[in-house]
Amino acid sequence: MSDSEETVGELKRTCLFDLHKEAGAKLMGFAGWEVPVQYSNLKDEHQKVREQAGIFDVSHMGEISCKGSAAQSFIQRTCSNDITRISDGQAQYTLLLNEEGGVIDDLIVYQVSEQEFFICANASNVDKDFAWLQSQNSEGVDLENQTPDFAQIALQGPLAQDILLKTFPALKDSSLGAFPFFSFRKMEEITFGSVLIARTGYTGEDGFEVFLPTEKAPDLWRAFLENGAFPIGFGARDTLRLEAALPLHGHELREDLPALTANISWAVKLSKGDFVGSDSLRSLKEQGLKQKLTGLEVLGRGLIREEMKLQDLEGNSVGWVTSGTQTPTVGKAIGLAIVDKEFSKPGTKLQADVRGRMVEVQTVKIPFYKKKQA
Amino acid sequence: MALSDWERPVIKFTKDHEWIKEVNGEYVVGITDYAQTELGDVVFVDLPAAGAELGQGDTALNVESVKAVSDVYAPVAGKVTAVNEELNDSPQLVNESPLENGWLVKMEISEASQLESLMDETAYSAYVEELSK
Repeated sequence: MSDSEETVGELKRTCLFDLHKEAGAKLMGFAGWEVPVQYSNLKDEHQKVREQAGIFDVSHMGEISCKGSAAQSFIQRTCSNDITRISDGQAQYTLLLNEEGGVIDDLIVYQVSEQEFFICANASNVDKDFAWLQSQNSEGVDLENQTPDFAQIALQGPLAQDILLKTFPALKDSSLGAFPFFSFRKMEEITFGSVLIARTGYTGEDGFEVFLPTEKAPDLWRAFLENGAFPIGFGARDTLRLEAALPLHGHELREDLPALTANISWAVKLSKGDFVGSDSLRSLKEQGLKQKLTGLEVLGRGLIREEMKLQDLEGNSVGWVTSGTQTPTVGKAIGLAIVDKEFSKPGTKLQADVRGRMVEVQTVKIPFYKKKQA
Repeated sequence: MALSDWERPVIKFTKDHEWIKEVNGEYVVGITDYAQTELGDVVFVDLPAAGAELGQGDTALNVESVKAVSDVYAPVAGKVTAVNEELNDSPQLVNESPLENGWLVKMEISEASQLESLMDETAYSAYVEELSK
């Protein structure tokens, strides 16, 4: 028996690596980092996040600061969402596009003030993003790649808020009602130093992502565990985000695929005026998009995985799978795929080439999972 | 040699974590407890057709867990005579009972001498212990 996934080259390790190893986590290579894939069992970890709360070491993620009097207009011009729609203390999901409208990366931008933004980028893209932003910097803003200075821990699940309050008692004073989804707090904390706590996540559950100085991260990790969170590996992180149909760069979002293909027009505000990539996307929109992201459910036997080819029932090539596996909450083999638009209507039957065997699949609405409204 | 050694079925292991043992004249193949633990929850077993001819080390079938697909290799050359149909509905048997109910295929082996090249239980335990360090 042999695993088809291999790790190559020198892998970086986060400041929490020793804790993962001590906890007996199984490790693997991901985006150039050696990360915990699971601590106990993927299914259990997945369910812990859906039913209780889990923590993820996402310190591999990149951080870039953008400061200066023209910081807001710089973000407005280089990113696809409309930054003028948010206020200080709010965060926004946005895309960094190339001139063709392809996705260089997907980001969360945190507005500290109109002159100061904090950008969270994907680990494997941060150096590329930083170089791109610098090359676009005609406004003369101050850009700094701060990735090595920051650790990031995501606390996700229905119990996330309780655990956060236990861990950061200072937050109790301020009403958490004023801490809505996609807002954040920056504070000086005695135990954990200068922290940025955002109500964001990548699991489809309520939760928080905490940025803090690297050297303080082990203390916060331990505190979250003591207060009832379970450590969750990257295996469950992927099944959780897949059920919530949250895109992963390099899979659903790609440089060679126009952003609008990925059902993400809510983060691409063509109405806001010109920005990098907007011309291409406008003309594409006028012509009509050729492909579309869809959900897939396997009807036959087997699992679909990224890069598997899709055909219509006559055997014509119609697209490919971008992500896929069997996920615990949904309990079925599911996936995301880019297909020719005429095949994207929910209920369309297609077939996937599963290592030479054709397996029947059906397009379905996404997300596969939605959390219950509190 | 104690009598119990005669009664115990001979089980052999590969370095890729397959096992093969003789039960009533048939050779049964599966993956080890170490393999199923490494793999995690098995959600699909892509069984071969009965009658498939395999060389030693050929891919016999795939076992899929949530996180990866793994090839299972034929420990020795031979012909697949039966597959564990129960796995179609209950792939988790591979996790629950890797050495018994979670068996994968039965084989008619063509060269019994190939069994000699495989590890016995003691050697395999030592091998796994070394890997787990």
